[in-house]
Amino acid sequence: MMMNCNRYLKLSGLEPLIITPDTNFVNIGERTNVTGSRKFLRLIKEEKYEEALEVARAQVEGGAQIIDVNMDEGMIDGVHAMTTFLKLIASEPDIARVPVMIDSSKWEIIEAGLKVVQGKCVVNSISLKEGEAEFKACAKKIKRYGAAVIVMAFDEKGQADSYERRIEICERSYRILVDEVNFAPEDIIFDPNIFPVATGMEEHRKNAVDFFMATKWIRENLPCAHVSGGVSNVSFSFRGNNAVREAMHSAFLYHGIQHGMTMGIVNPQMLEVYDEIPKDLLEHVEDVLLDRREDATERLLAFAQEVKGSDKVVGRANMEWREAPLQDRLTHSLVKGIDEFIEVDVEEARQEVERPIQVIEEHLMNGMNVVGDLFGSGKMFLPQVVKSARVMKKAVAYLLPFIEEEKEENSRSAGKVLLATVKGDVHDIGKNIVSVVLACNNYEVVDLGVMVPPEKIIEQAVAENVDLIGLSGLITPSLDEMVYLAKELERREITTPLLIGGATTSRAHTAVKIAPEFSGSVVHVNDASRAVTVAGNLLGRKDADAYKAGLRAEYDKLREGYLSRSKTKSYLDLESARANRLQLDWEAFDPVTPATKEIVEVTVTAAELEPYIDWTPFFRSWDLHGKYPAILKDEKVGAQATELFADAKAMLKQIKNEDWFDIKGVFGVFPANTVDHDDIQLYDAQGVPTHKFLTLRQQSKKSGQVPNLALADFIAPEATGKRDHIGAFCVTAGFGVAEKAKAFEEAHDDYNSIMVKALADRLAEAFAEYLHEKVRKEHWGFAAEEQLDNQALIAEAYRGIRPAPGYPACPDHLEKKTIWELLQVEERIGVSLTESLAMWPAASVSGYYLAHPESKYFGLGKILADQVEDYASRRGIALEEAQKWLNPNIADR
Amino acid sequence: MCFALQNRIMKDIRKALEKRILVLDGAMGTMLQEYKFTEADFRGDRFKEAAHSQKGNNDLLSLTQPEAIAAVHAKYLEAGADIIETNTFSSTTIAMADYGLEDAVYDLNFESARIAREVADQFTSGNPEKPRFVAGSMGPTNKTASMSPDVNDPGFRAVTFDELRLAYKQQAEALADGGIDVFLVETVFDTLNAKAALFAIEEVKEERGEDIPVMVSGTITDASGRTLSGQTAEAFMISVSHIPLLSIGFNCALGADQLLPYVKRLSRKSHTYISAHPNAGLPNHFGEYDQTPEEMQALIRKYLDQHVVNIIGGCCGTTPEHIREIANAVAEYEPRTLTPTAE
Repeated sequence: MMMNCNRYLKLSGLEPLIITPDTNFVNIGERTNVTGSRKFLRLIKEEKYEEALEVARAQVEGGAQIIDVNMDEGMIDGVHAMTTFLKLIASEPDIARVPVMIDSSKWEIIEAGLKVVQGKCVVNSISLKEGEAEFKACAKKIKRYGAAVIVMAFDEKGQADSYERRIEICERSYRILVDEVNFAPEDIIFDPNIFPVATGMEEHRKNAVDFFMATKWIRENLPCAHVSGGVSNVSFSFRGNNAVREAMHSAFLYHGIQHGMTMGIVNPQMLEVYDEIPKDLLEHVEDVLLDRREDATERLLAFAQEVKGSDKVVGRANMEWREAPLQDRLTHSLVKGIDEFIEVDVEEARQEVERPIQVIEEHLMNGMNVVGDLFGSGKMFLPQVVKSARVMKKAVAYLLPFIEEEKEENSRSAGKVLLATVKGDVHDIGKNIVSVVLACNNYEVVDLGVMVPPEKIIEQAVAENVDLIGLSGLITPSLDEMVYLAKELERREITTPLLIGGATTSRAHTAVKIAPEFSGSVVHVNDASRAVTVAGNLLGRKDADAYKAGLRAEYDKLREGYLSRSKTKSYLDLESARANRLQLDWEAFDPVTPATKEIVEVTVTAAELEPYIDWTPFFRSWDLHGKYPAILKDEKVGAQATELFADAKAMLKQIKNEDWFDIKGVFGVFPANTVDHDDIQLYDAQGVPTHKFLTLRQQSKKSGQVPNLALADFIAPEATGKRDHIGAFCVTAGFGVAEKAKAFEEAHDDYNSIMVKALADRLAEAFAEYLHEKVRKEHWGFAAEEQLDNQALIAEAYRGIRPAPGYPACPDHLEKKTIWELLQVEERIGVSLTESLAMWPAASVSGYYLAHPESKYFGLGKILADQVEDYASRRGIALEEAQKWLNPNIADR
Repeated sequence: MCFALQNRIMKDIRKALEKRILVLDGAMGTMLQEYKFTEADFRGDRFKEAAHSQKGNNDLLSLTQPEAIAAVHAKYLEAGADIIETNTFSSTTIAMADYGLEDAVYDLNFESARIAREVADQFTSGNPEKPRFVAGSMGPTNKTASMSPDVNDPGFRAVTFDELRLAYKQQAEALADGGIDVFLVETVFDTLNAKAALFAIEEVKEERGEDIPVMVSGTITDASGRTLSGQTAEAFMISVSHIPLLSIGFNCALGADQLLPYVKRLSRKSHTYISAHPNAGLPNHFGEYDQTPEEMQALIRKYLDQHVVNIIGGCCGTTPEHIREIANAVAEYEPRTLTPTAE
């Protein structure tokens, strides 16, 4: 019904307030008004500005989106009071963040106020009362000071009191402002006069209806203009009867908003929830507001008399809800913001359930869901929701000692868990999930974060006297860090059980490499849900020792089996493996020269990347296993996956709209040839050798014609005389993630903290996919004709590969250093490498591009000491260092 | 200057902005330091007897060393700048009070504008295809209207809106008399100061019957992403958008890389032209700027790649070589286009 307008009313304090068609009703705080608040008047008269500021602060905290300031009182120096108060507000960031409404009937006070406020305020108000010349002069100045304006429906003849007069004056005011003063139409807010109804006077019968109709007319005929009003006027004739007044305010607002009212001056204390108005009262009130019956006023007066007549009646009428079932009572208290009975009801609920936490999870959450629904449908307003939250807090506070007590009871069997991502590693999504799950199960969690040095882990474990230590890591060097930590614990004779987790860890590694170094218990925990069971078993009072012994036996057996199997596995020496290299037909191969020869930096938006997202690993990071999109319909986890997916999509939308992350990448494609068996030599444009990629060759003995692969096999050897190419890249979606995650954590919102990281990871992977496609089709151009959808991309149905250092085909993390030098990654896009060569920020991907049609992914598997020695000399590092980096891939012999 | 001529020039800068990204010049102070002017040089003949020390009063050099000012303008124009800023950053009675030169304010602004006009016109007539424009620089002054300098008295203000409005009005009149093409209210760290400047400019425009376009450029002081007076980028934009602006942007305090996110935010939300003139990186331990022209160019390319600016230049620490590199890069790009309705 609104006129199409694409110009929004934009106001500002320290932060913006933009009123769009999607904005819920904007409520204007009215407590900092000397004409409406006796307390505020007294504080201003006594010059107690400090206390007066607290009134303003309470309003903003209570949900006021604009604060109205009025100093119109005979005994007050209005200019002094207005400017003093506004200047003091300016130095209180938590108040000054919202825009101010400078409210006065005196122009000198308004102008003085405009001169001390930096943001864009609202002037309340001007009108044609004193004639056009004065009206225009004020409007012009307001425009020049940079404020929006409330225009009263008032002219030379008086205040508009009918529908026709309202629209006549508003239209005339609008035309003068827009056509003559050149006032921005979206900065005009009409106040078409809210007058009392049910006064007994025939001419007041249509006061509310006329307001609604005028509001509708304004919104349909005066483009971009807004409508506001002081709501409490409407119930003037029921002073002293708050039950009726509150119902009237709420019903008036409900209909006002339906007709296009966008903001209003409201006292949240005097507002009933529309759906909570007793049906009979609502009917009487609406009869009056909407002028539905001849005798509406008489009926409401009589009904009000009855409601008011005896306190007992009121009491009983009001107390009826106390007879309702428990859940209804709790919901009622939450919706209405009544804290009087909440403890009684919560206690009753606590008696009914097994564990006190269930009262929060069930009863109280049910109630808060109703609040959420009412708010969403415009039947509750922010200040009321804030009140609901307060009741919720009170309920939780009541339950806390019981929850603590229960924890206390369990603490001998539950306990304290230290969690850390080990030194050099930055990945913590999994660890954070474990942390949340453990905390939910009454474990006390000491989370040391990421890149935690072993000394700190041990020191904290001792200082906090923890019962378990959980270590997490995603990159392969972290495995050695875990082994080192186990050795250190052993050396210091600390036997606190160790939980090992993270993508790179495995039961085999834990059994073979960690368990033998540590006489305490060590368990590999492959998903978060198992962490609770394992922790429970390890710390269980009765059977812990049996469990630990069983664990030890299981791991010993696993290790023996693993070692004996690896002993029987046969390998080729390096020379033989090289002889069995993949021989491609280089004669027939025609290398494509890339179209783009420079190193290129790329910036993209999350919106561009969204179609490239592979969602399956996203669900996996939340311990939901299954392929996307089938997982959404999965019998077991479908419902949860669907909900998670909706949340992810919602956050992704915010990420896109609000530019949460700086998403950037760098890549280059360089002339290259394979030299000296397994090395890929890069050249500059003049053919001078520059950097060298070292690749590693499979050494396990193959059957039949299967070759022993190295990535170098996919690049033309120098001896062919053909100049081939290789690409390298690094992309990140990680800038901005840590800040967001931290903000969520500070708000105790672990769910979204994990979510934001998981999405950043997906975006980084999507970016890698997106960029790879661009490179294939445009920058390198060897696949210009390729047409693949996202499914096909995920299935890697394209020509060429992009292996990443640290992953199976090239587990050597040191290669990242070469890529960093080659592309000047840190200088160009800011992604850095930790001492363990993890990328920071974590949501980053780097790797090579290989273009040969036969190139494919493979796993290096185990290699022998001869290749490690050879590699150390090629790399120019000590053998020990080479062993350290390649350790997970060195065969045990 | 008659209405028609002014109108023509205004159309020209708008026409130029439709066609290409315009390059704003770099730092004046950095260039003047090389002259190593002495106290006597600063004073010249006219201010021999001035009571206060004048060394460091760079704006004064427009009166006492006009050749040096003209030479710096010429260097920037030669390097490819489309817009040069008058040497009037501190030429208000409020900022000149420190030097006791309140009475010289009209001359400072008029002469600075005249010098810039003359050099710019020489370059324009040398190559009419590339018209050069003069922006009248209006700095923030050294006082704030919405913050108290006294932590114990938060209601205190060292300067009022009306004092600022009068000072800015004097400056704006003299700049207009001197022949500038556009006002540049820049380095805004307190939005209320800027609103006083805009109020004054509107008065001057109305009184003269001329429509001189206005550029506004705020300053994000640090990684908090807010102005010194506490506003977010968007709140700042909303607070100064009540008069039609030629452009809005940010300058100073940050290097090009740190400034980019905030410029992007403006670019997305605004339907006017966007400007940016960042510093040559962040100062080193000695307070010097050591970002090279090539480094700065590489960072500016990101602005260009993402089409977020219409006017780009340099602030503290930038030299004609920086501007040359920026101009070279700019030539390869199309300007950001205006959407009639931004978010």
